[in-house]
Formats: sequence, C-alpha cells, structure tokens
Amino acid sequence: MEAIVAAAIGVLTASGVWLLLRPRTFQVIMGLALLSYAVNLFIFGMGRLVMDRPPIIKGDAIDPALYADPVPQALVLTAIVISFATTALFLVALLAARGLTGTDHVDGKEPGQ
Amino acid sequence: MILTLILLIPFFGALCAAFLPSNARNAEAWLGGIVSVSCTVLVGSLYPQVTDGGVVRATLPWIPQLGFEFYLRMDGYAWLFAFLVSFMGALVVLYARYYMSAADPVPRFFAFLLAFMGAMLGTVLSGNLVQMVVFWELTSLTSFMLIAYWYHRADARRGARMAMTVTVAGGLALLVGVILLGNIVGSYDLDRVLAAGDAIRADPRYPIVVSCIVLGALTKSAQFPFHFWLPHAMAAPTPVSAYLHSATMVKAGVFLLARLWPVLHGTEQWFLLVSGAGLVSLLLGAFAAVFHRDMKGVLAYSTISHLGLITLLLGMNSRLALVAAVFHMMNHATFKASLFMAAGIIDHETGTRDLTRLSGLRQAMPLTATVAGVAAAAMAGVPLLNGFLSKEMFFAETIFAGRDPLIRFGLPALATLAGMFSVAYSLRLIHQVFFGPMTTDTPRKPHKPARGMLLPGLLLVLACLLVGIFPARTLGPFLETATLSILGADRPEYSLAVWHGFTVPLMMSLLALAGGTAIYLTLYKRSERGIGRAPLRAPVDGKRAFDIAMVAIVRVCDRLVHVISSRRLQVQLALIVLVTFALALAPLLGAGWQRGSMRLTPPDPAFAVLWLVGGACAIGAASKAKFHRLAALIMVGAAGLATSLTFAWFSAPDLALTQIAVDVVTTVLLLLGLRWMPRRVVGLDRYPRTFGASVRRLRDFTIAVVVGAGVAALAYAVMTRPSVGMLGPFYVERAVSEAGGRNVVNVILVDFRSFDTLGEITVIGIVAIAVYALLRRFRPTEESRAIPRAQNEDAARDALHAGDGLPAGYLRLPATITRLLLPMAGLVSIYFLLRGHNAPGGGFVGGLVMATIIIVQYMSSGVLWVESRLRIHPQSWIALGLLIAAASGMTAWLVAKPFLTSFEWYPQLPVLGEIHLSSVLVFDLGVYMVVVGGTVLMLVAIAHQSLRRARKPLQAGEREAVEAPFQWKQ
Repeated sequence: MEAIVAAAIGVLTASGVWLLLRPRTFQVIMGLALLSYAVNLFIFGMGRLVMDRPPIIKGDAIDPALYADPVPQALVLTAIVISFATTALFLVALLAARGLTGTDHVDGKEPGQ
Repeated sequence: MILTLILLIPFFGALCAAFLPSNARNAEAWLGGIVSVSCTVLVGSLYPQVTDGGVVRATLPWIPQLGFEFYLRMDGYAWLFAFLVSFMGALVVLYARYYMSAADPVPRFFAFLLAFMGAMLGTVLSGNLVQMVVFWELTSLTSFMLIAYWYHRADARRGARMAMTVTVAGGLALLVGVILLGNIVGSYDLDRVLAAGDAIRADPRYPIVVSCIVLGALTKSAQFPFHFWLPHAMAAPTPVSAYLHSATMVKAGVFLLARLWPVLHGTEQWFLLVSGAGLVSLLLGAFAAVFHRDMKGVLAYSTISHLGLITLLLGMNSRLALVAAVFHMMNHATFKASLFMAAGIIDHETGTRDLTRLSGLRQAMPLTATVAGVAAAAMAGVPLLNGFLSKEMFFAETIFAGRDPLIRFGLPALATLAGMFSVAYSLRLIHQVFFGPMTTDTPRKPHKPARGMLLPGLLLVLACLLVGIFPARTLGPFLETATLSILGADRPEYSLAVWHGFTVPLMMSLLALAGGTAIYLTLYKRSERGIGRAPLRAPVDGKRAFDIAMVAIVRVCDRLVHVISSRRLQVQLALIVLVTFALALAPLLGAGWQRGSMRLTPPDPAFAVLWLVGGACAIGAASKAKFHRLAALIMVGAAGLATSLTFAWFSAPDLALTQIAVDVVTTVLLLLGLRWMPRRVVGLDRYPRTFGASVRRLRDFTIAVVVGAGVAALAYAVMTRPSVGMLGPFYVERAVSEAGGRNVVNVILVDFRSFDTLGEITVIGIVAIAVYALLRRFRPTEESRAIPRAQNEDAARDALHAGDGLPAGYLRLPATITRLLLPMAGLVSIYFLLRGHNAPGGGFVGGLVMATIIIVQYMSSGVLWVESRLRIHPQSWIALGLLIAAASGMTAWLVAKPFLTSFEWYPQLPVLGEIHLSSVLVFDLGVYMVVVGGTVLMLVAIAHQSLRRARKPLQAGEREAVEAPFQWKQ
C-alpha cells in the first residue's frame, strides 16, 4: 500500500508541477489543485498508513497504539480548507487579470508582445 | 517607579495627542506642556538621589530566558541629560504653540514630538545597552517623521530620508558594536560594562567595537564625514530644529561617546577616530557657516562645528577635556536652541530666513534682537556668557593635548582659527539681520512676535547669562554630579571661575574675537550685501557622495534582481520548484531513499485500481487543461475523489469528509469561473509546435517527472520507517480526560490548538471579503457576454408551463429537487456540526455542506430567484462567526483562565434534565458560521457576474441587484 500511495503522490506532483509551469492561468490553477492533493497526501503519509483505526476514542481505551496519529490529520484538515480559500482568491485574481489585460497568459500579455 | 513614570508619560502623552482633533492647538499645547513639565518635575525630584555618585534604578522583566531586563538607570550624567530633554521639551512645546499655524495638523506634530521626547529619555536612561539602541533608533524614526512633517514639500521629504538613512545606518553599526561589547563583557548591563574597561581595551575585538560605536555616534551627531544630513534636516519646522537638531537628538552621539568614555578611551585609535572627526567638523562647520545664506543653515553648520568641538574634546583622552565636553554640551544646548527660536520668530514674522533679504529688524522686534544678540555672543565665546567658559576650557585643553610639535602648536592654532570663524558667523548673523536699514524685501511686514513665542528664548538666554557670570553657583554643582558619575573617584580638579588671570587660553579667546571681527569686516566690505557662496568648495562633498551611493545601490539591486530573478511567472515558479527540490533532496541523499524497516501494509487490488484511475485522471488533466478546460476540471475532481477515498481508507474520516466537501465547492467555484475565460480557438491545438516551444516543454516535462519521482521516493522512504512522532500520543491520551471529546482531530482543532483555528477562520473571512472586493469592479469581456443557448430557449418553454407552480427555466428538474433538498441538507450540516466533537464532522464540514446547498440553489434557480426569497447576509455570518468564536474563547477570562481555555457545564433543564454544554461547541459554531459566510460570499460574488452581462436593458428592480449585489432585497 505504501508504494501505491507514494506512486500516487508522485503522479499528482508531477502533473501539478507540469501544469504549474504552463503559461495559461487556468492550467496553473489546475496545477495548484493537483499539487495541493499531493502535498496533503504527503503530510498525511507522515503519520504512516494505518487502517481501521480512526483517531476517535472508543470507550476508555486511550492507548495511542490503537489509533492513527491525529496530528498530521489535523494539519491536513486545516490545509484543505486554506487551499480552498487560496484557490478562490487565485481564481478571482485570474478573472480580474483577464478582464484588465484581455488575455489569460500568466504574465498578463501574450508572448511576443 | 518615578523613573518608569518619566519614561511612560511622554509616550502616553503622544498617544493622547494623536487622537485630539486636528485644530486643537491649545489642547495639544496644554497636553504637551503638562507632559514635559511633569517630566521635568519628576526628573528634578530625583536629583538628591544622584548626587555623590548615587544611581537610581528600575527594572522590569523583558526576556528572562536571555537574561534581558528592561533596565532604567539614572546617575548624575543621565540626570543632567534627562533634565535637559524634559526642560527643553517644555520650552519647545510653548514655542511650538505659537509657531505652528492654525492650518497645520498639530496632533501629528505633538504626537511625534512627545514620542521623540520619550525616546530620547529612554536613550539617556537606559541601563541596558541593547535597550538603549532600541530607543536610539526610535529617536531616528521620530526625527524622520518630524523632519518630514510638511511632507508636501520635496525638500522636507528628501531631508527626512537623508537623515533617516544616515542615522539608521549608523544605528546599525552601533548595534553591532554594542553586541560585540556585550560579548566581551558577558552582559549588556551598563554597570557591568562600565566596570570592565580594562578587559574591553585588552580584547582583540576592541578596534571593531570602537569603530562601530564611534560610527554610530558620528552619524547621530552629524560629524564629518556624515555631517551633510543636518543642514538638509532644516526643512523641519523650527521647533523641531531647536529641540532635536540643536539641543537633544544630535547630542545623543556625543552623549554616548561620553557615556562609554571610561571604557573606550585611552588608545591611539580612539584619539585618531574621535578627535580627527571632531577637528574636521569643527573647522568645516565653522567655515561653511560663514558663507551660508539661510539663517537656519548657518545655525546647522554652526551646530556641526560646536558638536565637532565636543567630539574633539572627548577624543583627547584627558579627564579635564571630558569635563569641558559635558559643560559645552549644556552650554551649546542653551544658546543654540534660543538662536533657533529667534530664527523661527524671524521666519514666522517676516516670511523669510534669507540673510540677504533681512536687515534692520532691530527696529521691528527689539526684544528678539536682544535675545538673538546675547545668544550669538555666547556662541561666539564673548566673556561673561556661558559659551566663553567652555570654549576657554577647550582652548586650554588644546594646549596640553600632546607633546608632538605638530599637535602642540597645530591644534591650538586650528582651534583659534575655528574660534575666529565662529565669531565671524555669529557677528554676521546678528549684524545682517538686525542692523542696517529696515528691510522692505520680505513677504510679510516685520512685526513683533507673540510674547509666548519669545518667552522660551528669553529664559534660555537668561540661563546663558547666569551661567556665564556665576558658573560655580549655577551649573557648577550639576556639572560636578555629572562628571562624578562618569569619572568616579579620579575626577580632575577644575575651576569654573570667570577670571583666571592673563592666561594663554584668554589670549586665544581675544585673538579669536579680534580675528573673527576682522574676517567679517573684510568679507562684508568685499560684497556690500551679504556673502554668497563659499570661496572654497570641496570637490566631493558628503551630500553628493550620499546621492551617488544611493543611486549606485539602487542600480546594483536592480541588476541583481535582473540576474537572479525574472518578471515572468513561469521562471519564478520554476525557480521555486527547483530550489524546493534541491532542499528536499538533501535528506533523501543523506538518509537513503530505500525502503525502511517497518512492516508494510499488504497491497489491496481495489486500492491499486483506485489510484490507477486517479493517476490517469491527474495526467489527463495535465495534458488537457489548456484546450479542454471542463474535461480537465472533471478529471481534477476525480483525482480529488481518489484522494478523499485514500483518506477514508487510512483511518481519516474527518479528512475524507472535508476533502469531498471542499472538492464540491471548489469545482462549483471553478465552474462558475469557466464562463469568463477566453474562448478556445478552435484548431489551435493542431498547429505544429515551434522548436522553441518543444524545447521548453521537454524541459518542463523533465522537471515535472524528476520532481514527482523525488517526492514519491521521499514519501516512500518516510512511510516505510517507524514513526518517531511524540505529539500524537499526547493528544490521544488527553482528548477525553482534558477536552471531553472523543474525535481527537476535532479536539485538536477546536480545543488544543483552537488559537490556530481562530487564525484560520480569520483568513477565510479575509479571503472572502477580498474576493468580493476584487469582483466589485469586474466587467466581463465582450466575448463572454453572450447568453448560453439553453437559456435562450427558456422563454418559449416557460410559456408552456406557466402557472403550474414549478420552477421555470431549462433546469426545471434539478431546481425542483434542490429546493426540496435544502432543508434536509441544512439538517445534515447541523448534525455534522453538533456531533463533531465525538464523531467525524465538525464546523468545517458542516459549514461546507450548508454553503454547497445554498450555492446549488443559485445554480439551479438563478440569482434573482434565490435572492428574492432567501436573505443570507454572508458578511454578517462571517462577522458573527468570528465574534462568537472569539467570545467563546473570552469566556475563559471570566474564570481567570487564559484565552480559549475550554470548559463545560451541565445545567439542569426542567423537562430535558441535565444537558451537556461546552464552550468548544460554541467555538465550533463560530467556525461553522465563518465557513458558511465565507464560502457563500465567494461563490455568490462570482455567481453575480452573470448579471453583469447586459447593463442597459435592465428593469428598475433588477438594477439594484446588479449595481450593489449584496444589498439583498425582499
């Protein structure tokens, strides 16, 4: 399973980085979305992969070995919500730039102009 | 206690002054007067405690971990300066009341003036060297604000910038010197530093320490080669010049040199650096002052010269010279401040400070003429005035400065020469302004100044006279106290008498008086009215050097930015990615990227298939995002779904829920934005690529693959090694017992780390408002305005179904369903919110569910339909949510616990019995509301863009919805 998750992170990162380096704003926003999936999975993976042990305390059992590490999960939860906010901000910046410059190139002008 | 009060009062006064109305000149002056007079009185009341070498101390804890204390320390020397600063402050406040015109925004002036006073008091009273540097820089900052007070004037801005750059650069050097000094001594405590003189002088770092500290002092005291900022600082209002640039701030440099004199003096380097700069400043300033046209300019150069005299004395390594230096600091402050005040009066009453235009003012303002005359005489060193006494001591010191014949004869000769210039410019100032025929060439007709404006100068001149005639009985004891605290037991014998017999210094004084008069008369004869430019001009002066340096710095920075960065986003992003890659590569190479020792989870074919699809979608999105946006968006959504299933698979139900909710909202958001993107040019993707483009794509492809492989390897290497995290067990063990919640992730978010969460929801609120603000001015481009085809056919279809009470439009079916779904989804969202503490859910998920269902209404039924029925005020939700979250944290204060401490209570209700309430739930409610408000605000702001497509043919009722999208109507 670890290998699959690592490969998934790799593929998401590669696709995200590729899009990040593209010249059109929509490509960059898609790239950021993919990259944020990759990063979230990566941080999540730092708590190691554990199955059927969600960090929800059952009864009086408070042995940490019975539960997945809650810290990376809390970090990722925050990251997910913040990445939504940045995506929204970026989208609006993109739209405004498009309205102002008439192009969707990331530098605000078509190459060669 | 009194010491702390002395420091606090000015800053508190500054705060009050800043909030008074802008025309409250009298109130401001009263405030400033009360502040400075009470400081003076408090300082005065401490005098009995500092005589005979006593020291008053006050400490407050600052950074106990580093052994730092906020330490105020007043000995005799600090007392003298503190008194000077607060007393002069009182006079300047009175003067400024009449000087500032009714049109000037006085709150700013008085606020900064009082803040400066506090900073200056802090500098002289600091017992901790680092703390002193902090106050030192604060004086530079307030000085900047005061010089630039009339910021509509270019010369004021320029002068302020120059003063700031020079003094702050010097302050930086000073900080370096002080830190080194602290390292040598092992403490920043002034008492310990002053006791470690021999250790400091013996240390190999001594030369660096001296250079840095002297650099700081020379820049602050406007000494050669940094003197050029002072004349430009004359663009400040005259009260500022009188206070900062003659009496107090420029004295900070020499204050520091004298303060650290016991531990730094006594070496060749000290003598050369300090005396050298002092001597050049003394001569240069005096010489330049003779030829300046602006009254304040003359005074500025004269200040440079007199501070040079003090610096020269301090560099002489003689205890008697130190006494003379301290004496002259006080004398110079009195006569120079009164001269500045006189110059300000003349400027105020005639409208000019140009010496060539002023003449004969003795008739119009006799009292001002007397004040200025006496003060100028003191400046020139005329007997029976205080300037004479300290200058006499200075002359005496130059005779005994060294055995080297060059110094033995050269120094007294140069000192006499400087004295002559000093006499010449003093004479010129008084003679040209007040004597001769009455001027007619002034913008305003000269008239008498207000009495309040004259009073401060008059008091100062009186002090000059008293000290000059009865030195031993007036300033004598205070000078003794001050020098005692610097020099301790080995204080030299000196006599403050006016008459010492026919001594060499007296001869030098008389020679200077005669020579100065002769110089002035020669120059005056050569050009009848005034004196123009100086006959000798240095090829490179400080100001030019400063300008050249500034331009060079800017150019080098530009070049650097050009070389190592780019304005193009793609290059910047590539740099970021590559640098991150390099940083992440280090641990991989160090610890190895092979699999670790942990027992792996057996692979599941279903999971492999999941990521086969997910990975394919990611790659598909990467290749299609340019020309097939909708397809790319769907594929990114699929990759997100795979991510969220992965979370669910590996014991993270909260993450899975949040991820899926966020994905829905993000997709909706991007869908709404898709319409305003440029239209795809059909067939463009089939053009053959240019060679350059292919190379670029190959390069980016390589980067992407390498980075992806690296991250995968890193993730694998970490995930196959046993966990070393110690933080997780902490939360797991305490979740139930201390926070009363079973869902540990939620407990971390809303209880243990709730302060972070409070910050996070604040960010969401800010982003939402930023999105709204950015879109307010947005107008779609022409090509995006066309109405979608499906909507065009609405009218005909609607006619068919008119009156059946079901939603209209082509989204008839979805609209019906989503309307039915609304209450149910609302219920689910509240369910998530309530159960979040013990089971997967929480404010974030609940809020996102609620926001989703609201925006779905917009999508299926249209903006106008929704807003005519449903009134949500997203801004209020954000505000209320933040308030609720913060208030739930503040309730902890009621039981004297820190902010955001959670607690619970179990009230008994009549019917329901005991129920469980927790402040955490209230906090989560705040999170919920902010998420609902923020998300809805963003989505609705974008949804509203569709109303903007047609501006003209709007109905009256619709116009409001377009122009002010968030004034939600009935």
